[in-house]
Amino acid sequence: MTNNELLDALHEHLGSKLIASEVLFDTLVIEVSSAEAFGVIEFLKNDAVLSFNFLTLIGAVHYPEEKGRELCVVYHMHSWKNTIRLRIKSYLPQENPSIKSLTPLFDGANWQERETFDFFGVKFEGHPNMTRILNMDEMDYHPMLKQYHLEDETREDKDDRFFGR
Amino acid sequence: MMEQTDNLIKLSNGQVLSKETIDGDIATINFGPTHPATHGIFQNILTVDGEKILTSVQTVGYIHRAFEKLAERRPYNQITPITDRLNYCSSPINNLGWHMTVEKLLQVEVPKRVQYMRVIIMELARIADHLICDSIIGVDTGALTSFFYPFSEREKIYELYEEICGARLTTNLGRIGGFDKDFTPVFHQKLKEFLKTFPKAFEEWNGMLERNRIFMDRTRGAGPISAERALAYGFTGPNLRAAGVDYDVRVMHPYSSYEDFDFTIPVGVNGDTYDRFMVRQEEIRQSLRIIHQAYNNLPEGPFHADIPEFFLPDKKDVYNNMEALIYHFKIVMGESEVPVGEVYHSVEGGNGELGYFLISDGGRAPYRLQFRRPCFIYYQAYPEMISGANISDAVITLSSINVIAGELDA
Repeated sequence: MTNNELLDALHEHLGSKLIASEVLFDTLVIEVSSAEAFGVIEFLKNDAVLSFNFLTLIGAVHYPEEKGRELCVVYHMHSWKNTIRLRIKSYLPQENPSIKSLTPLFDGANWQERETFDFFGVKFEGHPNMTRILNMDEMDYHPMLKQYHLEDETREDKDDRFFGR
Repeated sequence: MMEQTDNLIKLSNGQVLSKETIDGDIATINFGPTHPATHGIFQNILTVDGEKILTSVQTVGYIHRAFEKLAERRPYNQITPITDRLNYCSSPINNLGWHMTVEKLLQVEVPKRVQYMRVIIMELARIADHLICDSIIGVDTGALTSFFYPFSEREKIYELYEEICGARLTTNLGRIGGFDKDFTPVFHQKLKEFLKTFPKAFEEWNGMLERNRIFMDRTRGAGPISAERALAYGFTGPNLRAAGVDYDVRVMHPYSSYEDFDFTIPVGVNGDTYDRFMVRQEEIRQSLRIIHQAYNNLPEGPFHADIPEFFLPDKKDVYNNMEALIYHFKIVMGESEVPVGEVYHSVEGGNGELGYFLISDGGRAPYRLQFRRPCFIYYQAYPEMISGANISDAVITLSSINVIAGELDA
């Protein structure tokens, strides 16, 4: 199956749920609303033709400049039957970001969602154990957000124009 | 860890047991974080009934080093040493997988010779990885000799790494676009020697375990997982193949010319410790086959792609050539220009699908880099795999799924 065929099939089945789509390098990337993400993935998993049987990766990206859609949850799906990958994105606001958990569909989503919560603060509704995983429980911030810089901001000897972000 | 009423015991996972079903005494024990049998820093709090495991609660993150955050401040070539420290039993695969990801973003086609050189090195790394894992299953079943014996062979692989990049464990091997130098005459000589002596030594060591009555009795049926459950948990690599699913990134999405080689993907039946051992042993033989094919057909040509923006020029050119000096400065200071883009690339690592999700906004460092770490994803199935087993089976299950703390915790 090619990306174009996949996109046609998605248009047909998802209709207006498909907010945006583009092909980046070799992978089709689609955007769905956070309310629809679970339903779409459930459909993709159970559809006999598309058969996205494997959840490859869950993660998030922080875009602080994009107001109202600062956090992007990214799902990588893989259809072994059709040998094709699909990236699904869902944008969330900075305030109380939450999205439905994929744990009823894939047991492997459990720790990946906990990791995403740990580092980005995205809450996954319906997750059996929504706690931190790699960082210590006492931590009171989500370190992968862009406002937390890697280096001490009071340093004056390093000029970011010359030494990176 | 548990609440007790007159006749019922409630375990930490919510399960309620009647006291009549308990044979011995209920106890809570720590398996890890520092324990010789965990082979890494991770903790399992086990609730046991005598010797039988009822529940297990995992704690991970003891060696979390914030690699994804670190990567957001480093130029692309300085991220290679970070990838070493994920699965440090097969670091060259991590390095080369990262280089291929960046090449995909830059849309660079590397020469055929580089692809074949990479295949040779990645398969050597796979052999080294599987040698460790399988020999440790031997240790945990009580056969210490089986651990020491393959180390002389693994040492030869490490000497080969040393010949390519000067390092042994955390290799920082290769460059974006290829290699810093071609295979040296010493490398050729050592590789030929290795290919000649390794099969015999390997089969001798394999003979010690493969059909050993004690080893088979000990490992068959220990820590099994069905294909269906393994898929639900996102298993990849040898652990998934041991359960009977023949998924391999090298075949499904060939990279670095893997489509040129003839090899088979071994699969198991029961997904238990013995099957995982057997799958890895067979993968070692298949890796050897691939190395033979790649080495015998090694194409002539340059050992790196022509990308002066990313590949360091010769030192003599830096002194004599203005452009080379500029590129040298830009690369060393991390000022090479990177296109805007978003790319996912995965390779078959020692433990399964090792993926890199890279988002570039055109800055000197990635905007976001996420690693798909196979260990992290499949280790969550561990409590299910050892539930109802004996403590000693928990130990060999842990060693046979080859959980590497560096990859687990990032």
